[in-house]
Amino acid sequence: MPSRREFLHSLGGGLLLLWSATDLLEAQESGGNRRRGGGNALPDNVSAWLHIAPDGKITAFTGKVEVGQNIRTSLTQAVADELRVQPSSVQLVMGDTGLTPWDMGTFGSRTTPTMAPVMRKMAATAREQLIAAAAKSWQVDPKSVTVTDGRIHNGSATHSAGYGELATQIDWVHVVGDANCVTPAANWQVAGHNLAKVNAREIVTGRHKYASDHKLPGMLYGRVLRPPSFGARLTAASTYQSTSYQIDITGASAIPGVTVVSDGDFFGITAPDEQIAAKALAALKPKWEEKQQISEGELFGFIKKDDASTSARYTISYIAHVPLEPRAAVANWEGDKLTVWTGTQRPFGVRSELASAFKMPEEQIRIIMPDTGSAYGGKHSGECAIEAARLAKAAGKPVKLIWTREEEFTWAYLRPAGVIEINSALNTDGSLSSWQFHNYMSGPSGLPTPYEVADKHEQYHEVDSPLRQGSYRGLAATANHFARESHMDDLAAKAGMDPLAFRLRNLQNPRVKAVLAAATERFGWSKAQSTKTTGFGLACGLEKGGYVAGCAEVEIDPNRDIHVKRVVVAWECGAIVNPKHLENQVEGAIMMGIGGALFEAIHFSNGRILNPHLAQYRVPRFSDAPRIEVVLLDRKDIPSAGAGETPIVCIAPAIGNAIFAATGSRIRSMPMLPAFQA
Amino acid sequence: MDLVINGQRTRVSVDPERPLLFILRNELDYTGAKYGCGEGQCGACTVLIDGVAKRSCVTPAGSVAGKEITTIEGLADGDRLHPIQQAFIECDAMQCGYCTPGMILSSVALLRKNPNASESQIREGMQGNVCRCGTYNRILEAIEKARHTMLSEGQENHRA
Repeated sequence: MPSRREFLHSLGGGLLLLWSATDLLEAQESGGNRRRGGGNALPDNVSAWLHIAPDGKITAFTGKVEVGQNIRTSLTQAVADELRVQPSSVQLVMGDTGLTPWDMGTFGSRTTPTMAPVMRKMAATAREQLIAAAAKSWQVDPKSVTVTDGRIHNGSATHSAGYGELATQIDWVHVVGDANCVTPAANWQVAGHNLAKVNAREIVTGRHKYASDHKLPGMLYGRVLRPPSFGARLTAASTYQSTSYQIDITGASAIPGVTVVSDGDFFGITAPDEQIAAKALAALKPKWEEKQQISEGELFGFIKKDDASTSARYTISYIAHVPLEPRAAVANWEGDKLTVWTGTQRPFGVRSELASAFKMPEEQIRIIMPDTGSAYGGKHSGECAIEAARLAKAAGKPVKLIWTREEEFTWAYLRPAGVIEINSALNTDGSLSSWQFHNYMSGPSGLPTPYEVADKHEQYHEVDSPLRQGSYRGLAATANHFARESHMDDLAAKAGMDPLAFRLRNLQNPRVKAVLAAATERFGWSKAQSTKTTGFGLACGLEKGGYVAGCAEVEIDPNRDIHVKRVVVAWECGAIVNPKHLENQVEGAIMMGIGGALFEAIHFSNGRILNPHLAQYRVPRFSDAPRIEVVLLDRKDIPSAGAGETPIVCIAPAIGNAIFAATGSRIRSMPMLPAFQA
Repeated sequence: MDLVINGQRTRVSVDPERPLLFILRNELDYTGAKYGCGEGQCGACTVLIDGVAKRSCVTPAGSVAGKEITTIEGLADGDRLHPIQQAFIECDAMQCGYCTPGMILSSVALLRKNPNASESQIREGMQGNVCRCGTYNRILEAIEKARHTMLSEGQENHRA
């Protein structure tokens, strides 16, 4: 497997320097702290993050990954900004455990607030070092030199030198990043402005290779045997010496080119193409032992028993991420070394999973994560990589495994379901006097209310989920905002106040108030008069350093179908890095939010997913797209926060409140459409 | 059988019932067509057959032998992007990009059939293509932009 040293050598540069860079990185990689979770210190030397080749080419390295949130572009902007170069001269290497510094993973909207500052610090430090090197060689004051497009000039323009020439004079391994060199947002030149997706041309021409597109010489195609229901086990056929399983593999094994791979109760197929692999999988004759499990209708009773004292109970269904590229991995063993190309939000985490699965050192495993076909929180885990590696090991050849859509729906994990109970009380002036909020199972994100109330109790209660659940865009902030903002709307009605006036009566937070003002002004809230068929609703909130308010207009047709006609969202997350891409993320969150708000739900019965196909699980399509207006508030005085998640939280309650405004029906379950039509 | 892909005739010996998508991707390395659902529901696998958008995941390869197959790799004219490809970049009409080849080819076929398509006709025509990232409005904007470019340039000579 190519080492970081070889990779850097391919970029060009002083070999002696690069050896020490690599050695330093390897020393960090194999240091005392095993990389099996948080707590790993990031390298503080410039050479781990940045490479400037003699020809001036700039390569930056980050363990973060691109899943459509456009951080390849925003981080490129950060590096270009600090180095005072065009973004096109910066190449970003991302999510490759063989080349990039360790990273916990790409989730929680952390790239912009945590990774961008590191990249900026390293690039800014490099710039200052290059300036110092030039000034020293020209014997001039560093303050007198100027930098343009990767060249340094002295004040009288008698000397100039490119970054490439100067870079070889500096021992980057021992240059430590200095945050004091970083450019304040008010002075950004590249960031703060629009820049098209840096690899957009590869995408529109089909040249970009996703993990599922990767191909190696002699590669086989894999499939994995799945149980008919969750928790089902292959029937054991134990003898005194060993355990085997009741499965007839003779039919599959007889197919030319097919290998049936087994490892304990894992059974899989490798074959020369996907068609033969599918045929062989179907030819396996396993005998399963299934177990009784709860079904959808029992779910909310299972999560929480009825409690008569509760004034409002909200329920949230399981939903699926449905990344358009399902889990995919190409695994290749070379001796005792393993390389896996896979779509994951946690390349270093997947490396740890593989190390555990194969009882081998992490140093012998390399995970490469090509920019992937989306994730939305759904690709934290490495099961597909492990399966591909198992198959490849047994077959002695590289293996590609792409989960089918049905596998992705069934064997990945889901956005948690949950129950939320609220008890509240108002003073006569419309201020909140009491707020009791309990979330069962769905999660604690976005739980604290932004409203002022002295007597409050807010708690998340863990419940063992009957289905596999995990991370999802915005986590439980969507559920908690749905319940809270729906309930606030009910309280506004109880107080006889306009929903906006009622919220302002109970809000102090200036950033929430600012987005609320911006959204309602653009929407024309003061003139919005709901009728029986057209409703207007609003909602607001905050999470992960982002502040959001949304207004929705819905139309209710004679069939009680709900059409979202117009959505205005105001969004503020500190200093804006790329306005167009920020808008794009907010729009995407609105569209995804509409699905969960109105119609997305996983149906299940006794350990089986009943709708594991796109024909059965409705996702938002063109006909569901409302007119969308995004109002961005730019706060250059506040460090940038991430924006891939939080804009989603206001959509469901804004729609629910609009339905309420039109019809008087309060829908307390997500998705809302089935309950509204029931 | 012979497959004519992006103007090039290629002889393949495969099961004629095997879906075109997997022949393109696995045998011939045209990976621009994507697997998304395997049942014609998402449009990620869209290619053009004699200029008409087809879901290659449910199209038996044998049924298109000898016909003109256009994949995303064959849409640009050398380095010159098709106006729809260009408009997708300019309108930022993508996030992860996985649906993009299918979106572009579906809209190429749509505008070819109806160069004066209204917004609602475009919406309806694109209904079978899923963008899970939710960039629908940007895609509509890109198609509209490209439609104008093509009308004003009289882009009859564009491929596909």
